[in-house]
Amino acid sequence: MPQMLEGSQAIARAVALCRPQVVAAYPITPQTHIVENISKLVADGKLHCELISVESEFSAASVALGAAAAGSRAYTASSSQGILLMCEVLYNIAGLRIPLVMTCANRAVGAPLSIWNDQQDSMAVRDAGWIQLYCSDNQEAVDATIQAYRIAERTELPVMVCVDGFVLTHTLEAIEMPNQEQADSFLPPYNFARALNPQHPTSIGTLVSPDFFPEVRHSHHQALLNAKAEIIAADQDWAKITGRSGGGLLSVEGDPDAKVGILSIGSVVGTLRDAISEFPESGPAKLIKLRSFRPFPSEALLEACAGLTELVVLERALSPGSGGIIGTEVRAALAGVEGAPRIHNFAVGLGGRDIPLDIYPRLMEAVKSPSPATFAIFDVNLEKLPEADR
Amino acid sequence: MIEIRIHGRGGQGNVAAAYILASAAYEDGRHSQAFPNFGAERRGAPVTAFVRIAEAPFSRRCQVIHPAFLIVQDEALLHVPGVTDGLLEGGGILVNSTRSTEELKEQMGLEIVALPANALARKILGRPVPNTALLSAFLALTGMVSLDALVKGLGQRFKGDVLTRNTELVNEAAKMVPVGIWKETNHAANA
Amino acid sequence: MNEISIPLSELRRKQPRFAGLESGHRACLGCGQALAARLVTEAAGPDVMISNATGCLEVFTTPWPESAWRLPWMHSLFENAAAIASGMEAAMKAQGKSTKVIAMGGDGSTFDIGFQALSGMLERNHNVLYVCYDNEAYMNTGIQRSSSTPHAAATTTSPVGKERMGKRHLKKDIISIIAAHHVAYAATASVAYPSDIRKKVRRAMAIEGASFLQIHAPCPLGWGHDGAVSIEVARLAVQTGLFPLIELERGELTGAMPLRTPKPVAEYLKAQQRFGHLFKDDPRALEELEHLQAIANHHIEIYGLRGDGVDSYDSEGADTVRRGGIRWA
Repeated sequence: MPQMLEGSQAIARAVALCRPQVVAAYPITPQTHIVENISKLVADGKLHCELISVESEFSAASVALGAAAAGSRAYTASSSQGILLMCEVLYNIAGLRIPLVMTCANRAVGAPLSIWNDQQDSMAVRDAGWIQLYCSDNQEAVDATIQAYRIAERTELPVMVCVDGFVLTHTLEAIEMPNQEQADSFLPPYNFARALNPQHPTSIGTLVSPDFFPEVRHSHHQALLNAKAEIIAADQDWAKITGRSGGGLLSVEGDPDAKVGILSIGSVVGTLRDAISEFPESGPAKLIKLRSFRPFPSEALLEACAGLTELVVLERALSPGSGGIIGTEVRAALAGVEGAPRIHNFAVGLGGRDIPLDIYPRLMEAVKSPSPATFAIFDVNLEKLPEADR
Repeated sequence: MIEIRIHGRGGQGNVAAAYILASAAYEDGRHSQAFPNFGAERRGAPVTAFVRIAEAPFSRRCQVIHPAFLIVQDEALLHVPGVTDGLLEGGGILVNSTRSTEELKEQMGLEIVALPANALARKILGRPVPNTALLSAFLALTGMVSLDALVKGLGQRFKGDVLTRNTELVNEAAKMVPVGIWKETNHAANA
Repeated sequence: MNEISIPLSELRRKQPRFAGLESGHRACLGCGQALAARLVTEAAGPDVMISNATGCLEVFTTPWPESAWRLPWMHSLFENAAAIASGMEAAMKAQGKSTKVIAMGGDGSTFDIGFQALSGMLERNHNVLYVCYDNEAYMNTGIQRSSSTPHAAATTTSPVGKERMGKRHLKKDIISIIAAHHVAYAATASVAYPSDIRKKVRRAMAIEGASFLQIHAPCPLGWGHDGAVSIEVARLAVQTGLFPLIELERGELTGAMPLRTPKPVAEYLKAQQRFGHLFKDDPRALEELEHLQAIANHHIEIYGLRGDGVDSYDSEGADTVRRGGIRWA
């Protein structure tokens, strides 16, 4: 039976279903409701775990790392500045191949200071070596969190489940919460082969000289590429239990014969889906929902783009001084591919600017342009800026 | 699909009102969504929340720009710029006010209904918390969701004596407004 | 402000009540921090530069494009106010300027995430006054516990439930940790005693080197009381002995505001919803009340708040005025 739940509340319950033994909590908007909900579950005796209220996000990630390395399933969540503060630890966790799951409630990164949603934070750590899954609604967030633990523990790679801050975390909508039996049948108890253990002492985090470093990096990179299969398998197996799929690495919907495709990620996909129905005269269009950003699903992307003449890549972050992030990676994947579509890369909704339904007809107009700009911030209002800054 | 905007003040349960309305719609078998327009706002500052109610599933997450109805939790907010922006032609505004409907209608030139929600709540709940009364009146005016569903929605937040008194408040408030005068608007907007 | 013809270093003497923080900001009604910040900048004068950590203060004073500050002011991040201040101070030194740097942060940034930077700044003895506005939780993010949250207080991350009675751990004794850095001056203050704040700020401003001020500042929303009684609540914290007003110089206790008749902690706790669970019919509640009373008693003892000395019956004010009010004005 679905129930009306706030996104954060649902995510907290999903985490509880995974039976974490250690949870590290530090407040930062808009992730805070997740750890608050977990605190309440613990205070009411509904979740038994060590809940550590740490003194910074750097410590939150470190506490989770220590716990996971010592053999306990662990969890933490953060956003924006917190993700950046724990950046060093995130690289460390991934490089040490520690299975861990965290939620990133996507929020813009200051300066300028902003509490609102965009994806600059998770994009900023895309090279840390984590698996990154993006959710387009709260049901996906719940399902992805549970799947994430299995993926992490099978691949020995940490997984960051990205959820648009406020837009998803603070939205109340109908969610089918899995029950404990479903979660238990899907997720076995934490069993980390390299866990620190006096009976089989090992050393984790040693100095690696140039004689071995490239090999370690290669193995990490390969592990991420190989994780694609696990991400797909986890989604399929979860679908067998619950009837719900998150779309694997990426999914395609809309008119299969459409020549125009819009690729996006996160909650804006939901708005685009409704917009495509609301504005049939602007279409037809294919909607490509990217779920896994790391590992980057190049093969699936090529397949999804077959037959397209125009592809809009719509993202909620950018690399200042260069352009789009997802757009740049899509271009790279399609480079030299025969019949590849023209690519229109736009950033939209930065710093939480609302993305209205009519973004769709406006994008569909923009693709008609004879010479598309490599990259642009689609919803910028240049009138607000002095001439020199435009 | 019906889109509603709820205007309130920080600390007065603006988000809670939206959540309860969305929950009530869900209890009545609809698809619904509620979310705040978040800000780093202090107690007392104007805040807004959005609700969508529809027969069929939907997935948009943009803010409500063209509400069919407004619920205003504090009369003074009527004078804050932007509060009535985008309201659909003929759209209804339910205001928590001690003044009369006629007076407000004349002053604002809009389809307004006034409800002294604070006094009602003080009488029945012992505290001037306007939400339950406003939501009940709103549903009585529009008929968009049953009052039973509202009580069920409240039942997810309140238990025991508090729930009983809130239920009483629902019944009282529903009687204080002309039932169903916004039913037509509701149907038209839902087309 | 027009051209300044008076040398900056003289400005504070010429403008004893300088409005460094203007009204029109967006703080909640009865915000203790807003009051404290105004008092601090008033006493510090215009020849000052501020490094402000993330938190309520910077959020409610600087909604772009407006700012309530009449002083050069910078907000960087949550954890680095003291490090930013260290950099500012180094620049002032390098430029031979008289401008004093004041770092400001809440308890979250001071006790927790910015603790490392603070310790570093104190150890290097930068000429910075660090002001901590202590409202005992992460308020700007919606009332989560910090290491400054008092024992047994309810916050959203230390909620009351079947298995919990609020925060399990004690309020971190920050002033002792600061004092252990052997800085020239470290003191506690409260918004209930505004003259005392001004006096302590002026004392710190006159010091060449690191100084620290912890100002107890109620948050009506987070503590659960009406904004109109913030001062009364703050005063009770002092009068129970739970928040003693003390001064430490080079690690030694050199001043304490004595209490003629310490009030029972229950009087203070009852005034706030965050301690409401301690007055319910629950055996755990009694236990926690005893703990908190024991903490207050301990403070009274170790800081000699009953004033066993020459002025043992002196109460709030006279003794502290004698200690430094006139000398350091």
